[in-house]
Amino acid sequence: MTSAHKEHIDPHTGTSTTGHEWDGIRELNTPLPKWWLYMFYATIVWALGYFVVYPSWPLISSHTPGLLGWSSRGAVTQELAALQHKRAPMVSALSQASLPEIVKDDKLRGFAVAQGRAAFGDNCAPCHGAGGGGAVGYPNLNDDEWIWGGTLDDIHQTIAFGIRSTHEKTRVGMMPAFGQTGMLKASEINMLADHVRALAGLSTEKSYDRAAGEKLFGEQCAACHGDAAKGNQEIGAPNLTDKIWLFGADRAAIAEGIHRGRGSMMPAWNERLDDTTIKALTVYVHSLGGGK
Amino acid sequence: MVAQTGGVAGPFNPTKSMTAGEMTLVIAGVGMFFLSILVAAKTTSAPYAFHAWLFAAASAASVLAIFNRYLDRPAAAPLAEVDGKPNYNFGPVKFSTIAALVWGVAGFLVGVIIALQLAFPTLNFDLSWISFGRLRPLHTSAVIFAFGGNVLIATSFYVVQRTCRVRLAGDLAPWFVVLGYNFFIVIAGTGYLLGITQGKEYAEPEWYADLFLTVVWVAYFLVFLITVTKRKEPHIYVANWFYIAFIVTIAVLHLGNNAAVPVSLYSPKSYIVWAGVQDAMMQWWYGHNAVGFFLTAGFLAIMYYFVPKRAERPLYSYRLSIIHFWALIFLYMWAGPHHLHYTALPDWAQTLGMTFSIMLWMPSWGGMINGLMTLSGAWDKLRTDPVLRMLVVSVAFYGMSTFEGPLMSIKVVNSLSHYTDWTVGHVHSGALGWVGYVSFGAIYCLVPWLWNKPQLYSLRLVNWHFWISTIGIVLYITSMWVAGILQGLMWRSYTALGFLESSFIETVEAMHPFYVIRALGGALFLIGALIMCWNIYRTIVTPVAVERRASEGALAPAE
Repeated sequence: MTSAHKEHIDPHTGTSTTGHEWDGIRELNTPLPKWWLYMFYATIVWALGYFVVYPSWPLISSHTPGLLGWSSRGAVTQELAALQHKRAPMVSALSQASLPEIVKDDKLRGFAVAQGRAAFGDNCAPCHGAGGGGAVGYPNLNDDEWIWGGTLDDIHQTIAFGIRSTHEKTRVGMMPAFGQTGMLKASEINMLADHVRALAGLSTEKSYDRAAGEKLFGEQCAACHGDAAKGNQEIGAPNLTDKIWLFGADRAAIAEGIHRGRGSMMPAWNERLDDTTIKALTVYVHSLGGGK
Repeated sequence: MVAQTGGVAGPFNPTKSMTAGEMTLVIAGVGMFFLSILVAAKTTSAPYAFHAWLFAAASAASVLAIFNRYLDRPAAAPLAEVDGKPNYNFGPVKFSTIAALVWGVAGFLVGVIIALQLAFPTLNFDLSWISFGRLRPLHTSAVIFAFGGNVLIATSFYVVQRTCRVRLAGDLAPWFVVLGYNFFIVIAGTGYLLGITQGKEYAEPEWYADLFLTVVWVAYFLVFLITVTKRKEPHIYVANWFYIAFIVTIAVLHLGNNAAVPVSLYSPKSYIVWAGVQDAMMQWWYGHNAVGFFLTAGFLAIMYYFVPKRAERPLYSYRLSIIHFWALIFLYMWAGPHHLHYTALPDWAQTLGMTFSIMLWMPSWGGMINGLMTLSGAWDKLRTDPVLRMLVVSVAFYGMSTFEGPLMSIKVVNSLSHYTDWTVGHVHSGALGWVGYVSFGAIYCLVPWLWNKPQLYSLRLVNWHFWISTIGIVLYITSMWVAGILQGLMWRSYTALGFLESSFIETVEAMHPFYVIRALGGALFLIGALIMCWNIYRTIVTPVAVERRASEGALAPAE
């Protein structure tokens, strides 16, 4: 206890110290800053007031309810009710109208597109992209070409029951795995890949023989894709001449498709969304640009 | 460790015998070794077996090190005083200081990597070990517990000795604390990468790591408290109150939140005893008080020693330090529920969390006032001393974060900010600005003192560190403010027809530019830390005689 208790005044501030010293550190006897103290009191008073008007202290089997009678569950119920009330007239009109009626009526169509856009963002955008632009394996919904048809009814059926989904009304249709099942040899698959590129006007390998390619296509592919390779929307066989490629246009991607087959799936949304929302989604997707 | 004083070295000294501490640690080490081998042999989990082997190797190394030290050391224990002056034990302090730097750089680097992964998701490379989900806890644990924890242990062991004028209690115990703590960090970090986690934020390590940490932490508490009780000063300095509050509370939080039942001794998996919303409440009681007592009380202790020491001014107000200390530790305990606004947590608990957070505002600012006003009479030093400037700016960031925190705890504000990047920005203004800068300032002070150097290798490099990382922090927090508020507004905006304006993925796309800016800010902060490491390395290795370089002989204005 060396000089610890000596009276000491700090020369700069003129304030006395507490008299203690630790490793050369002293402490001033400065009183609490007034503004600090009053602000502290003010936050305490505010908190006490808040306790009175809002649910706050736990009791034995419940809690103090607060003078306002507010609860977060009550508040969110009110907000949802207000939203439903706001949408109710249009939602009810939408649910009663048929798809063609909705498209003809500007007001109904506008509402359906707004609802469809929101539902699309939550449910469809993860695969088809925020604007319906698609991705590898997930069709672009903005173009004029449709794999399963682009009329309102076609789109509605696709959304409601899905593609290769678990629903009994699902759209089905599968491209066989020509290579994996041994139906075609590797050389034949490569030739077909070249032929499919030639159909779309793309360059081919030097070894490509058009006559042989046409013959093989006629034997193996035309049954689904058609003699002119224009596709068949009944079974979801894509048009091979439109230069739109779901899995890519390069020779390797096409050859892979022929070797392993293709058949990506889309869920049946009627198991997850209500009828009105599916209608709205149909109108929205139809409005994206390519609706028939 | 090298023998320092008294006695005759050598194994055949008949007066020499093993101390109780040495015996205890040897027995515990041997027991742990065989237990680890048993676990490694019987477990079916490869990562757990790897950890068991690490435990076995660490136990064996400890036992060998203790024997080796016994053979080399003199018979008598190190003297408590030499020539009437305390014979301070700075070995563990040095170790923790260097460990803090190493872990700090590692933690900041992982932070930059995960920031880049958020901006460019392909950087996950489809590898589970470096996926965001595993690297994120690695980042948070590395910066909070590895970097921050080592800074706290290093400074607490230094400050308690200097302000109590007494040698650190225990002989091997302080070494057990620093080495054991860092071994826990290794177990925790490798566990995350290998996929071992109990899935509680900031408390991810599994039961066996938690148990080991408990033992280390109790040793830490005892070393600190016994040192304080042996003090040669009549009163306990304020920094030591904060250190004690930090150590005690972290022990309570750790035990409460990690209460779990292991599947078996041979399984790394355990089940938390809390369920549902009670588990959520325990988690955020823990989570918020980890902020309050690890990242606030502990680092306020650092501030209370290093700011007056570096400024060479008396502490502004003793009374303020008492009032704000007790107010802070009483009020912090209640604030956790503000992390669970608008959830299944009952409304009354949300109210208490929010109101206590508001009442916490001024007690937090008490620390800021005490730090900043201590500069009164020494403000001119900010122009010439970038280390002091770093300490003062850290206090300013502390003030800003502790205003922002209560603001964000208000339910209407929280309904906008919650789940957005605003929270991330808030955390980092506290983490980078406050915890980072006060730690850097303390390390810049400590290293020349510990290694007996007259000054740092280069104050100019400190200045570079300060400005580069300050720009980094500003980029980080401003980009996250804009990102968070934009995100919150996009989530809640409705069209005139009553439908959500933006889909979730559109809000994610909108974040991209801000995520890139954030990664840039983090990279600048990392560069600053690397400059610091170089400066510290040069400070330690440069011989004293040639230390003073002509260009930096005198303190020049830092701008």
